[in-house]
Amino acid sequence: MKADGIGARVTRKEDYRFLTGNGQYTDDIILPRQTYAAFVRSPHAHATINGIDSTAAAAMPGVVAIFTGKDIEESKIGGLPCGWGITSKDGTPAIEPPHPILCIGKARYVGDHVAVVIAETPEQARAAADAMEVDYGILPAVVSTGTAAASKTAVHDQAPNNVCYTWGHGDEAGVKAAFEKAHHISTLELINQRLAPNAMEPRAANAVYDRSSESYTLYVANQNPHVERLLMCAFVLGIPEHKLRVVAPDVGGGFGSKIFVYAEETVLVWASKRVNRPIKWTADRTEAFLSDAHGRDHVTKAQLAMDKDGKFLAFRVDTTAAMGAYLSTFSTAVPTILYGTLLAGQYTTPSIYVEVTAVFTNTSPVDAYRGAGRPEATYVVERMVEVAARDMKLDPAEIRRRNFIRTFPYATPVGLTYDVGDYDATLDGAIKMADVAGFAARKAASEARGMKRGLGYSSYIEACGLAPSNVAGALGARAGLFESGEVRVHPTGKVEVFTGSHSHGQGHETTFAQVVADKLGIPIDDVSISHGDTGKVLFGMGTYGSRSLAVGGSAIVKAVDKVIAKGKKIAAHLLEASDTDIEFVNGEFIVKGTDKKVPFASVSLTAYVPHNYPLDKLEPGLNENAFYDPTNFTYPAGTHICEVEVDPQTGKVEICAFTAVDDFGNIINPMIVEGQVHGGVAQGLGQALLEDCIYDPESGQLLTASYMDYAMPRADDFPNFKVGNNVTACTHNPLGVKGCGEAGAIGSPPAFINAVTDAIGVKHIDMPATPERVWRAMQTQSQSVHA
Amino acid sequence: MSMNITMKVNGKSVTAAVAASTTLVEFIREHLRLTGTHVGCNTSQCGACTVHVNGRAVKSCNMLVAQAQGADVMTIEGLAAANGDMHPMQAAFKEHHGLQCGFCTPGMVMSACELKGKVTNPSDEEIRACLDGNICRCTGYQNIVTSVKAGLAAMS
Repeated sequence: MKADGIGARVTRKEDYRFLTGNGQYTDDIILPRQTYAAFVRSPHAHATINGIDSTAAAAMPGVVAIFTGKDIEESKIGGLPCGWGITSKDGTPAIEPPHPILCIGKARYVGDHVAVVIAETPEQARAAADAMEVDYGILPAVVSTGTAAASKTAVHDQAPNNVCYTWGHGDEAGVKAAFEKAHHISTLELINQRLAPNAMEPRAANAVYDRSSESYTLYVANQNPHVERLLMCAFVLGIPEHKLRVVAPDVGGGFGSKIFVYAEETVLVWASKRVNRPIKWTADRTEAFLSDAHGRDHVTKAQLAMDKDGKFLAFRVDTTAAMGAYLSTFSTAVPTILYGTLLAGQYTTPSIYVEVTAVFTNTSPVDAYRGAGRPEATYVVERMVEVAARDMKLDPAEIRRRNFIRTFPYATPVGLTYDVGDYDATLDGAIKMADVAGFAARKAASEARGMKRGLGYSSYIEACGLAPSNVAGALGARAGLFESGEVRVHPTGKVEVFTGSHSHGQGHETTFAQVVADKLGIPIDDVSISHGDTGKVLFGMGTYGSRSLAVGGSAIVKAVDKVIAKGKKIAAHLLEASDTDIEFVNGEFIVKGTDKKVPFASVSLTAYVPHNYPLDKLEPGLNENAFYDPTNFTYPAGTHICEVEVDPQTGKVEICAFTAVDDFGNIINPMIVEGQVHGGVAQGLGQALLEDCIYDPESGQLLTASYMDYAMPRADDFPNFKVGNNVTACTHNPLGVKGCGEAGAIGSPPAFINAVTDAIGVKHIDMPATPERVWRAMQTQSQSVHA
Repeated sequence: MSMNITMKVNGKSVTAAVAASTTLVEFIREHLRLTGTHVGCNTSQCGACTVHVNGRAVKSCNMLVAQAQGADVMTIEGLAAANGDMHPMQAAFKEHHGLQCGFCTPGMVMSACELKGKVTNPSDEEIRACLDGNICRCTGYQNIVTSVKAGLAAMS
C-alpha cells in the first residue's frame, strides 16, 4: 500500500487553515460597498397579511432598501421549486402549492419571510426590520402531524384537507393475504420526532451584481452550488445560467440543511441588482431554528406477520409525514423514495406494503436531514424486529439471523436490488466487540447497585449514491444524479482535480487526493482538489446521501483513466512502441517486458511542449473530464449495539457502551471513515436521547428555538464509541466503495431505544428518552407517551 | 455612543473607536477582521467564539468589547508560532482528526488550551466534562477528546 494512497490513514490537507483561523466561511467575506439584509419574519404560525407599513423603517438610519411580497409579485418571478414529483396511489400528482420567496398575502409558519430590509450595517438592518409594521390577521394553525388531515383549517387552499399526497408502495394484497395465514402478528406505533439540523455554521449568503458583465455572484453556505444555480436561475429568477456564479466556500457542516434552495439567498440575488450593491445575510441561531429545513417528523403504525419460527412473512407500514408549510427542495422524496424502498432492511420478508400520507402543517418545512428517510425506515424496521423477538421469545440476534438475506444480488419486494453484503459478519463482529457474552454479568452488577441495564441491537441497511439518473427520473426526480470530475494535469506533472461534489467537513481534499495520487503513482502533495465554485467546476450535483466518493470519486477515477490512456499514446510515441504495449505502473509508462520507460511528468511536459509529439493524431495537453452515472445504489449495512444503564429513581439514561460494526465497502482513509461514524452515531444518539423540535400545539410557536431550549448533544453525553468494519466491496463502482456519512445516524437510534426498553421492561418509548419520559414509562408501562 | 478602546490582541496593541454596544466578537471579526473566531449561537451556549482574555477562555459573543478595555486578548490567529508552525494543541487536533467542518474548531482549541494548568493528566471523562461548553456537530467529540489529551501532554 502506498503510504499516502488508498487505504492509508493520511492526516487532512484542509486542517491547517481550519486550525489556524484561516478558513473562509461565507460570513467571513465582506465585499466592497457591502450592505446587510435582515428579514422580517412572521411571529404567527398562520396569518393573513393585511398590510405592511414600512414608512417608519424606511426613515431609520442606514436603510438602503425594503422589499415585500408585493415587489416579488410585481417582478413576476417564480416561487421556490420542489425537485421531486410524487404520484399518489390514486394516480394524481402531489399537490405543490406556490412557495413565494417573500410571503404574498399569507404567512404560513413562525419565521416565514414577510419582508427584507437592507441597510449599511447588520445592526441598522435589524433595527429597521423591527420597526416594520405588519398588520396580521391571525388564523387558526395546523400544528400536529398526526391530526393535520382531520383539521378544519387548511394551510393551502389547494389542499383543503392538508394532504399533499398519499403514496402507496409494494404489494398490498399480498401483505393482506399473508397476514391472514400468519402464526403471529406483532404491532408497533411510534413517532420519529422532528429535529433541527444545527450545522454549527448558521446559513449565510452574500450576493453581488456586476452591471458591466450583467452577471451575479452568490457566496452561500451550500452543499451543491451547481444545483443551487440551476434551480435559482431556471425556476425562480430567470437569470441565464452563465450569468450567475455560485461559490460555496468553506461550509461549516450541512447534514442536509444546506442542500436546498432557500428564500433568503434567492431574495439577496434578486435584490442585489436592484440596489446595485452586495448584500449579505447571516442567520442567527434562532433564525436557523425557524428557517432551516427540519428533519424526520413521522407518525407510524407497523405490523409484522411471522410464522411459528419467527420467520418474517409480511410487513405493513402506515406513516403520516409532515412536509411543513411549504415543499422544500427534496421534501417529497424523503418519506417515499428514500423511506419506503428501505423497509426490507437486511431481511427476506417476502411481502411489504407501505402507505405514506404527507401533510402540510403550519411549521417550518421538513426535508432531508442526515440519512433522509433511511433513519426513519431503519427505526421502524429495527424497533419492529425487537418487538417481534420479544413477542416470539427469541433472542434479538437470533431472530435477525433467521431472517437475514444471504444470497446476492437480492431483489427486495420494495424495489431495490442489493448487490452485495454479509450481514452475519457485521452482526457477529458487533456481538464480539460489544462483549455481549459479558452482558449478563454487567446487568447483575448494575442491579446490585439498584440500576437497570439493557442491551439493544440494530442491524441497518441504507442506500447511498441515489441512481441511476433514468431510474430516479422514472420515480419522479427532476434532476440527474450523476457526478462530474475533471483532472487537469499541469506541464510539470502536478495535478489539479475539480469535483462537482462539495466538502463541508467530509475531508474530500484529502480522500480524493489519495485516490488520484494512488492511481497516478505520484505524491499526494502533487494533487490538489477544488470544489464549491460554479466558476471553476464544470458541473456537479453536490454532496448528500453519502454520494461523494461512490459517485464523485468514481467520476474522478474515470477522468484519471482517460489521462492514463492518453498518456500511454504519448509515451508510445516517445518510446517508439505501440500504445497497446505500454503499461502504467507506479507513475511510469513502461514498454511491457522491457526496461524502456518514461515518467508521468515527462509525458505531461511533452503534452504541453509538443515538439516531439504525434500532432497529426493527438491533441496536445493533458486535461480530461468525465461524468459518472451509477448503475445502482450502494448499500452500506452493519450492526450497532447499544448498552445503557437507567436510574429507576430519576429515569436518567446513561449510555454505557456503543459498538458499530459497519460495511462501507473499500475504505480510502480509515481515519476519516471512523470520524464520520463517530459523528453520525452522536447525531443519532442525540435524536434518541436529547433532541426534539417542540411546537406549541395551539399557537404553532417553536418552543425549542435556541440552545437554551433544544438539547444539543455535548461531549459529556457520550462514552467512547467502539467502531469496527467488515468489507464486502461494492460490485458496480470502480473503487468498490459504498459511503459512510450517514450510517451512524441511521443505525444508532433503534439500537438505543431497544436498549432502553430492554432495561426498563416496556414495549416502546418514543424518542427522545428524556428522564421524565423514561420515568413515566416505568410508572405506567405505557406504550407511547409522546403527545 | 462611540468609545475608544485599547487592548492587546495577539501581542499587538490595537486602538479603535467603536459603538458602546459592540461585543468583543464583533470587534474581533468586523473591526480587526480576524475571522477565525466564529459565531455559532450568540447566546454563549456553543463556544465557537471562545478566545482568551487575560489567559482565561471566554465566550466573546457574551462580552462587550468595553469589558475587555486594556486586556490581553488572544484569538486562534495568535496561537501558532511566529513562523506559522502550529501550536502543540493545533497539531494534536490534526494528528488525531479532532475536526471536520472546522467551524467549532477555533473555539474548541482555545478552550482546550486553557485546560493546561487547570487539570493534570485528565481522564477522558474529565476532558469531556471540561468541554461541556463547546458544541461540535460533526465529530461526536471522540477524536476531540483524544486530541485534547495528546495536546495537553505535548504542552507539558
